[in-house]
Amino acid sequence: MTGRSSAKKPNSRPPIAVLVMALIAVAVLALPLVGLLQRTPWSSLGTTLGETATLEALRVSVVVSLVAAGVSVVLGLPLAWVLARLEFRGRALVRAVVLLPMVLPPVVGGIALFFALGRRGLIGRALHNWFEIDTLIGTTAGAVIAAAFVSMPFFVITAEAGLRQLDPRLESAASTLGAGRWTVLRRITLPLMAPSLAAGATLAWARALGEFGATITFAGNHPGRTRTLPLAIAQANEAGQPEAAIAMSVLLIGVSLLILIGLRHRWIAPRQTRPPSSQETSPS
Amino acid sequence: MTVYAAASLSEAFEDLATEYEAANPDVDVRLNFAGSARLAAQISAGARADVFASANGATMSRVEAEGLTATPPVLFVRNRLALVVPIENPGNVTELADLSDDGLVLAVCAPEVPCGALAQAVLDDAGVDAEPDTEETSVRAVLTKVTLGEADAGLVYATDVAAGGDKVASVPLGPQIRFNDYPVAAISDRAVATDFVDFVLGPDGQGILRSHGFESP
Repeated sequence: MTGRSSAKKPNSRPPIAVLVMALIAVAVLALPLVGLLQRTPWSSLGTTLGETATLEALRVSVVVSLVAAGVSVVLGLPLAWVLARLEFRGRALVRAVVLLPMVLPPVVGGIALFFALGRRGLIGRALHNWFEIDTLIGTTAGAVIAAAFVSMPFFVITAEAGLRQLDPRLESAASTLGAGRWTVLRRITLPLMAPSLAAGATLAWARALGEFGATITFAGNHPGRTRTLPLAIAQANEAGQPEAAIAMSVLLIGVSLLILIGLRHRWIAPRQTRPPSSQETSPS
Repeated sequence: MTVYAAASLSEAFEDLATEYEAANPDVDVRLNFAGSARLAAQISAGARADVFASANGATMSRVEAEGLTATPPVLFVRNRLALVVPIENPGNVTELADLSDDGLVLAVCAPEVPCGALAQAVLDDAGVDAEPDTEETSVRAVLTKVTLGEADAGLVYATDVAAGGDKVASVPLGPQIRFNDYPVAAISDRAVATDFVDFVLGPDGQGILRSHGFESP
């Protein structure tokens, strides 16, 4: 596929300055990782990673991040549709609020979650009365809420962008042919935006996997329930066990890289350079 | 001069630095606060510290064993454990033994960090089988959860109680035999480093530390 795209560009020799800046950018992003790998105690890596505590943290991480990504999709998809398709006053404000967790320090997010869902929070009291939940501290549900809070925006913007790129004529054609709104959504819209759905879900999952601040603030650090890999890494670091912290970091980086490489095929490098307008019969 | 001090010493060492600078106008004291273990790791990695004040003897011993201390570490203060509850005391906690109630939301430090090791030792001494809901990596994070009323009880240092203001109350723990010991040592050979250590150990320094709830050894 690279051959095809390079063949299309006749004058594709980039200026030296661009190459140099790009190299510096790669160095800035990659050097810390190289530094980490160079300090990794490879010989004892297996022992550290095989420890029950590490495996437990990995299990919590996988469960929490997958469920959080699922929540992000289930709640985020309708939201993305509303943001992309409905004209209403205050849409820009709603979008800004929805994206806020992306820029908010996660610790602030964690404390804000207390003010909403905590014992003295806005709806926390009602929540506790209905579900008889005394606290979300030290519960996997709390960890999922914290992770979904920070990861859902990643799904929403990706899905919204995907929806906006759809050719609306395909949907209107389907409804002209008699399909109901639900059928159009199910048979036309969703299949067409599948790549951006997958990309958004993967991005949300990756963000949830690396989540730390909101989780430890809102859900606390409880082994087997809320202690994810990032929490275990921070704890090992604070406890003066850098080898364990590094080993678990390598594990987390490995898993994240796998996700991001998988993502690359769907989203970051589209299968073909996007044609200026639509692929079907050219208008005008 | 750069002083590396444990996070729990923050307020006290800010006062110490102000006082020391007032007495030595030509010296500029820069303070670096973090968990003792993290500071020790930075010093091992070659950070330019002149003085290191640790919240934990074992951490200081590691630095000393690496030959990085310029003077032998000296115990300069100790800190005791405190049991804090939200001011309304929703869990009705009146003594350490109440912490064995599983319905109670209990926040403690992780056993790997000094305040967690101290909490575990005190609980063990008292024969209290507590099941913490969260093990924080910093003592102030424990305090925050109690201050917000999200935890019914938390085990912190006596010196942290004041930082909770009027939102927390402290439950008396009775006579204690366990303390957390804070050693200090000069890291660099500079005269100002040993001079600052002497100041911390001297009557003026000890007075400031006591005003923050620390106890002289």
